[in-house]
Amino acid sequence: MEVSEIHIPDNEHYRELMKFIEENRETPGPLIQVLHKAQEIFGYLPVEVQYFVAREMNVSYSKVYGVVTFYNFFRTEPIGDHIINVCLGTACHVKGAQEIIKALIKELGLKVGGTTKDRFFTLSTARCFGACGLAPVMLIDNEVYGRLNPQKAVQIMQQFKRENQGN
Amino acid sequence: MSIYRAHILLPIDEGTIQSGAIEIKKELEKRIEEENLKEEIKILETGTIGVIGKGVMIVVYPDKVTYYNVTKTNLNNIIQEHIIKGRIAEEVEHSYEGHKPVEKEYKNVGLTREQQRIVLDKCWKIDPESIDDVLAYGGYRGVEKIFSESISPEAVIEEIKNSGLRGRGGAGFPTGLKWSFTRAAKGEEKFMICNADEGEPGTFKDRLIMEGDPHKLIEAMIIAGYAVGANKGYIYIRGEYELSIKRIQKAIDQALEYNLLGKNILETNFSFYLEIKKGAGAYVCGEETALIDSLEGKRGYPRIKPPFPANKGLWQKPTCVNNVETLANIPEIIYKGSNWFKKFGTEKSTGTKVFTILGHVEYPGLIEVEMGTPLREIIFSYGGGIKGGKRFKAALVGGSAGVFLPERLLDVKMDFESLDESKAVLGSGAILVMDEDTDIVDMLFSILKFFAHESCGQCSVCRIGTHQLLNLIYGIRRGQAQEKDIDQMVKIAETMFDMSLCPLGQSLIMPVKSAVENFRQDFLNKIQNKNN
Repeated sequence: MEVSEIHIPDNEHYRELMKFIEENRETPGPLIQVLHKAQEIFGYLPVEVQYFVAREMNVSYSKVYGVVTFYNFFRTEPIGDHIINVCLGTACHVKGAQEIIKALIKELGLKVGGTTKDRFFTLSTARCFGACGLAPVMLIDNEVYGRLNPQKAVQIMQQFKRENQGN
Repeated sequence: MSIYRAHILLPIDEGTIQSGAIEIKKELEKRIEEENLKEEIKILETGTIGVIGKGVMIVVYPDKVTYYNVTKTNLNNIIQEHIIKGRIAEEVEHSYEGHKPVEKEYKNVGLTREQQRIVLDKCWKIDPESIDDVLAYGGYRGVEKIFSESISPEAVIEEIKNSGLRGRGGAGFPTGLKWSFTRAAKGEEKFMICNADEGEPGTFKDRLIMEGDPHKLIEAMIIAGYAVGANKGYIYIRGEYELSIKRIQKAIDQALEYNLLGKNILETNFSFYLEIKKGAGAYVCGEETALIDSLEGKRGYPRIKPPFPANKGLWQKPTCVNNVETLANIPEIIYKGSNWFKKFGTEKSTGTKVFTILGHVEYPGLIEVEMGTPLREIIFSYGGGIKGGKRFKAALVGGSAGVFLPERLLDVKMDFESLDESKAVLGSGAILVMDEDTDIVDMLFSILKFFAHESCGQCSVCRIGTHQLLNLIYGIRRGQAQEKDIDQMVKIAETMFDMSLCPLGQSLIMPVKSAVENFRQDFLNKIQNKNN
């Protein structure tokens, strides 16, 4: 996309982000903290938001893009309302994490990184949440579910959907 | 302040929250209220007790009885029997310290077993969100001692040097020496950084320290800042650790209120400010120079050393970076003296070490024992042995970039020198136990995939090497490989050891070589099975 084509709307989201940038302008090295905030507001970091951050913080767009793509935490694609994060760390691997992810892939009809058509779930994987004692684990949003087996993981996912749909 | 006849401790960590600890807490409060016991019984939210996978747990003091898998139903039993009638609720799974366990299956496990605790001393005995509680249990005694006795920064460093404390983040560098480099570096402004970007799979000790006793870390940072001559400190915590971030932030706010942080601490000339920085998930940022780059808001690329951070660190100013566990030792060393600390551990590896025991053991969890404790004792005594009565096959010791230790090395002592002799490392203190059914090739595959993903891409030998290793093991898994491919993996890992810029690439030799040397048959089976 050409820079001239990037249109940044004036809405409350951008105003909230702008306020955060203003507040943190004086602190050294604020870029990552600003991106954390931006992702919290927008849910992900589309080109417009990255460009906005670069322009307002007076750094090059390539630097912002470089940082965004370097860290696992930042996303450039829109995601569902809820994220299922399956841990594939060593402790979970030895306890059968591959089977968990396979079961969820089959049940949701998604690839890893994909989002369901109704934008309800995004399926993602991660390397260790530090909850290894409960291995294998998955996170739905910020909630940890541990000691899983494939059936239990699918059940938890379905139950979560029943309980949270329409909210 | 009323005097309570008993305290009910409710450990809140991510594991117990998941099992419904918050609801149990509400129920407990309700029941105590109903029974009119509010004046007699105090409920205290604490950090972890180091036992994992036993649901919600509560500890009743002064009796020191721990109950496991507490539910709303058996909670009533505990209240009726233990709290009201004063006898142990035998029907609920429990254990108790200092007595012979009544109950057969759950002996004293995790932190409830007698252990030598320095780092995790106050976890699960205090409310981590209350500074008054911490002060009552002897928190900030180290800081108080330094300022009331006017101990000079040089003397503090000397004390730490004498204690023999070595970094607990993996490399084992002497902490006092590191501090003295930053102290001696030229520059007006210096920084103290705490590395809490715990990204090593299978490791969660730092998280539990921060959740269980956040003030200990704050106290250590004040002492470290004072010793190296820094007025500003950062705690770099990985973004996923929400409870840690919340509790550390609360601890900082409370310390500011009590003038333990901020301008002129305890009316002295020393000012120290502390700030949390959230990490964004990159394994390589555990390397101290990459962490510094990340703190500056950049991609976390390791820097070429020298110059070392002690001279040119954050914003090119003198900086000292220490791991959470290392720092958590500091307050007690200062308060009780280095000679006290040296009584623990071995001659060259003093003090204690926090280990996480995981995988196929009966009681996965967290323990703190003296340096030099044999691996066999950790796995079979503290971890309860192999799950389901199976045979031990291997233990991956030291994290992902650790070493696969076979049965013949089970008696190795867990300290820096003994492990070094066995060509192993202490690393992050993670011990992943594998039973006889585990496929070592598959385990190594998982590790190599992790490293190929986490290689930062800055230096080509690591960027390419990790992917070459992954390709080779892909072939071996599918049976589309020859025996020489196994040795080729070791050769590539050796080249990476020689040429990589940072420990990420250098350390792969550990798992690759130990897997191939100790479990060659596993690799051969894969190749031969599929070729036939």
